[in-house]
Amino acid sequence: MNVGLPHFLTVSAALFALGLFAVMSRRNAVGILMGVELMLNAANINFVAFSRYVEHGIDGQLMSAFVIVLAAAEAAVALAIVLAMFRNFGSVHADTVQSLKR
Amino acid sequence: MINDLVFVALALLTVVPAVWVVFSPNIVHAGFSLLFTLLGAAGLYAYLGADFLAVTQVMVYVGGVLVLVLFTVMMTRVPQQGKRRHGLDRYVPAALFALAVFGLLYKAITSTAWNAKPFTAQPTTAEIGANFMSNYIFPFEYVSLVLLVAMIGAAILIREHRNDRHEPAGEGEGVQ
Repeated sequence: MNVGLPHFLTVSAALFALGLFAVMSRRNAVGILMGVELMLNAANINFVAFSRYVEHGIDGQLMSAFVIVLAAAEAAVALAIVLAMFRNFGSVHADTVQSLKR
Repeated sequence: MINDLVFVALALLTVVPAVWVVFSPNIVHAGFSLLFTLLGAAGLYAYLGADFLAVTQVMVYVGGVLVLVLFTVMMTRVPQQGKRRHGLDRYVPAALFALAVFGLLYKAITSTAWNAKPFTAQPTTAEIGANFMSNYIFPFEYVSLVLLVAMIGAAILIREHRNDRHEPAGEGEGVQ
């Protein structure tokens, strides 16, 4: 079938849609974060695929490296927020927490 | 031929556990499925000739982010209380929206005439390092600042507040 750019983009689109579904349907805040990670990975796959097939350079991979770094920072802060939320409210369900402080 | 098989295997390794990440009722299972999705994505990077990124993905995501996620999942578990999942009202709009986004993306992907031809993969590590130190020096430094701020912010966020116990306000940082 001769793997090409559209195949990678399709995989990435499926990953993005799954992440979007997780963000919209999960109640657990950590589950929402997992959806965000899926969407960031989908974007990364797109960056690398375009860098290989269209751009013929290294810039796409550099963008992807920055996305990985920022995703790590985002995960650290978001999980700290989840832990603070659990300590203050006793729950990590996003729809039971409606204020920033108790 | 063998290339296609490798691609199909990597794509399945990426997408099938992602389905389980999304639909698993047990959040711990979802976390462990995320491990396979991230490894599959690393495999796709390697397939695309991005060797440095594949290794970075394994180190940062699998070694860092996923461990953080699993720690948080296991530290914040509450016993299953009685009623759960009444949620058709959550699943239906989310499924419709996600399917619409996927359909739109798929239509865009298949109807575009990509001017795509692969070029031969070369080792990328030296080139990425040189770019970080020359063309991308400002984003590189900026990202390091963002990491520092995120680290301090996370530490401040999860610090225990004990102001009510230490009356002399201000220097109540004592850890005991």
